[in-house]
Amino acid sequence: MTALLEMRGISKVFPGVRALDNVSLTVEAGEIHAICGENGAGKSTLMKVLSGVYPHGSYEGDILYDGAPLACRNIRDSEDRGIIIIHQELALVPLLSIAENLFLGNEVAKRGVINWAEAFQRTEALLKKVGLNESPATKVEKLGVGKQQLIEIAKALAKDVRLLILDEPTAALQENDSQKLLDLMLELKAQGVSQIIISHKLNEISRVADRITVIRDGASVSTLTKAEISEDRIIRDMVGRDMAHRYPDRTPNIGETLMEVSGWNVWHPEQKDRQMIKDAGFHVKKGEIVGIAGLMGAGRTELAMSLFGRSYGRNITGKVTMGGKVADTSSVSKAIDAGLAYVTEDRKSLGLVLEEPIVRNITLANLMGVSTRGILSQRRETQVAEEYRKAMAIRTPGVMQKVVNLSGGNQQKVVLSKWLFTDPQVLILDEPTRGIDVGAKFEIYGIMNELAAQGRGVVMISSEMPELLGMCDRIYVMNEGRIVGELSKAEASQERIMALILQSEGKAA
Amino acid sequence: MSNEKKGIGAHLGGHLRESGMLLALVAIVVFFTLVLRFVPPSPIDFLSAQNITNLFLQNSYVIIMALGMLMVIVAGHIDLSVGSVVGFVGSVAAVLTVNLHWPVWAVVPACLFVGLLIGAAQGYWVAFWRIPSFIVTLAGMLVFRGLTLWLLNGQNIGPFPKTFQSLSTGFIPDLFAVDKPNVTALVLVCASALAIVVMGWRARTQDVEFGMEPEPIGVFWARNVVVSAALIFVGYKLASFRGLPNVVVILTVLTVLYAFFTEKVVTGRRIYALGGNEKAAKLSGIKTDRLVFFTFVNMSVLAALAGMIVAARLNSSTPKAGVGFELDVIAAVFIGGASMSGGVGKILGAVVGALIMGVMNNGMSIMGIGIDYQQVIKGLVLLAAVIFDVYNKSK
Repeated sequence: MTALLEMRGISKVFPGVRALDNVSLTVEAGEIHAICGENGAGKSTLMKVLSGVYPHGSYEGDILYDGAPLACRNIRDSEDRGIIIIHQELALVPLLSIAENLFLGNEVAKRGVINWAEAFQRTEALLKKVGLNESPATKVEKLGVGKQQLIEIAKALAKDVRLLILDEPTAALQENDSQKLLDLMLELKAQGVSQIIISHKLNEISRVADRITVIRDGASVSTLTKAEISEDRIIRDMVGRDMAHRYPDRTPNIGETLMEVSGWNVWHPEQKDRQMIKDAGFHVKKGEIVGIAGLMGAGRTELAMSLFGRSYGRNITGKVTMGGKVADTSSVSKAIDAGLAYVTEDRKSLGLVLEEPIVRNITLANLMGVSTRGILSQRRETQVAEEYRKAMAIRTPGVMQKVVNLSGGNQQKVVLSKWLFTDPQVLILDEPTRGIDVGAKFEIYGIMNELAAQGRGVVMISSEMPELLGMCDRIYVMNEGRIVGELSKAEASQERIMALILQSEGKAA
Repeated sequence: MSNEKKGIGAHLGGHLRESGMLLALVAIVVFFTLVLRFVPPSPIDFLSAQNITNLFLQNSYVIIMALGMLMVIVAGHIDLSVGSVVGFVGSVAAVLTVNLHWPVWAVVPACLFVGLLIGAAQGYWVAFWRIPSFIVTLAGMLVFRGLTLWLLNGQNIGPFPKTFQSLSTGFIPDLFAVDKPNVTALVLVCASALAIVVMGWRARTQDVEFGMEPEPIGVFWARNVVVSAALIFVGYKLASFRGLPNVVVILTVLTVLYAFFTEKVVTGRRIYALGGNEKAAKLSGIKTDRLVFFTFVNMSVLAALAGMIVAARLNSSTPKAGVGFELDVIAAVFIGGASMSGGVGKILGAVVGALIMGVMNNGMSIMGIGIDYQQVIKGLVLLAAVIFDVYNKSK
């Protein structure tokens, strides 16, 4: 095999930070090369150097591409050479059709007039290639995230891609969409498209990647071949220490039932005859960590949000008891008073006020706790924030720092602090480790264990089954708005969970 | 970490916006003072007692409404109807006092109540029906202008009785009953200057205690000396003329109240969270729709107060009263550093923004610059202030 891309001794310095320090990366023609590393390790910076976001001359080192030096001045230059990057945040225009999106900026046109017939034909061919059965005229907003991801790949194919870079392509995808995407990657590889995948999900990497380069603190630590790939090895290289256990040790101390939900029904907020949650029931005990497994769209987030102050859906019926008494959770503030807290799946848009400092985010859900007769005490606010900063090990120069400047893991700790300050009995954590690097994940798990040890109940919603299996005392399985099974820690396995989901598929009438 | 000392330059860089606003105001005042004194035709004293008094009387309504507009904009909305509400409430006041001979003590609360109803009517659609505030208040702008014309029948109504006029053109009487200068005015102004310094010092000590980077001591004193000196100077000038105008007292009290409300009161804090991220605020148990409703009610009540002050100053209610005021008020808030997308902005910024607009209006009029150029210059100042903001952020 010959090398398609060779990056040698790349260093990139920002004012005060050396983001990349003598990093080397070689991608062979026709291979899938994975890049792993904690958040902030320098993966994205490296890709920005490659794709010309940081133009030639703003970094040190050489890039050889296809046997010749590569000196991109901007993204356009790298795209012309067939290097195409698909970012984590998809860059599609929701209100335009698939065909319009595919050729956006690259229109099938003669003298500025678009040839729609040809564009549609080519769109159909491209959609076939990525295995999507949609009409080219469909608006992108009608498609799920999984399909949108495929559209992005089709868009890259439309530009004659030779080196495709995927930045955390499966972060927002459910299990079977992820599988489809990985299959497509393997198929593209067979067609000769070299690929770089950046991912946190180690099982996926070991499935598709031929080689892995691990980056830590801006330097390439190791490049492993397929034979050497093992999750433990990758994790060790990423965090620079042995992580004996992926999940911190814990001895459960489970008490009486804290919260019980029964006969919970929720209807879609707009589509009147669509029932989203059907007769759901579950309970959480003191000191227990309970998981809710399911595919994306199974209704887990809808269940949690409808419970938390009816923040989702309409015509909600059902009963919630807290500590044996019927609880009123009809508004968010009542739910908080009843002892419930909900950490949203989407930190940035639902959990934090990004432009405000850490301290104001931490006290937001319990401003009464830092005020006297409605007047805020800055002293108490700062004290509270400082306490949580220490307890949660939020890494920041100070609590006046805006949360937008924090890493994903630290942002999540701010959200957790906010909810802990309301002193909840039960916390529902919706995808608490999404988009968080391995080291911070471990810390979040530790915090969850600590919460359980304090006698609180923790409900964990997650799409990553290994995480549920590693953390939870009991796991409920959801599918199509129903709770279709309940497994104890001893019974639970990925196979059992998938089997419960598949058995229930389509049964619901 | 708190022991690390940053240079004065670095500090100013970090707080460019806040210090920049005040410096800009001072620079504009100095500019007009010099130009009017030394550039022909004739030497005019821009800082004469009479002109300072005028400055406040002319601009009080913008400042008062900027207080409400700041909260509306921080909440992520806009209110275009305030100019028409000024006109409408002015005409209601005129009909009640002049035609129906209501006493002033009944007219003032009645007019404020009319403002409250207007705010509730608009806020209802914005807050609970989620109709964009731009549309609702654009409609309100047309509706209340139309109602003003209808109520006044296209005519001016006036003059107002003396007691009503004193709302705008009245002065606080001198309790010490000496001849000039007005001792009450001087005492009040010196007391407030002292209060500003003392409170500023306490806030600074608190910052140090919380381990936050305090303002360098030199900057602190420089700022306070300038602000206090300016305050005492203005107070002295006012005192040597006719004393403290009632309007200035109303203004000061309202500014202090709103600054306290937005910075120290739970409800005020929640408005910032709502503007910063409505969904996150909602999921933190904040009743965002009620808050939005409140900001609109509050805005219209302040617009009603401004409407009475404008009518009292003109000593008649005219169909054209308040036309275009909304633009001055909104411009003042943005010059004062508020963000179009919500969540950012300070009461004092809005007040300084309004003062900048006011000083420019007044100075340019005295210089004899035509209304055409005045508009162009004000427009460019607004644009420059916001560009400055955006540029600062992107750095």
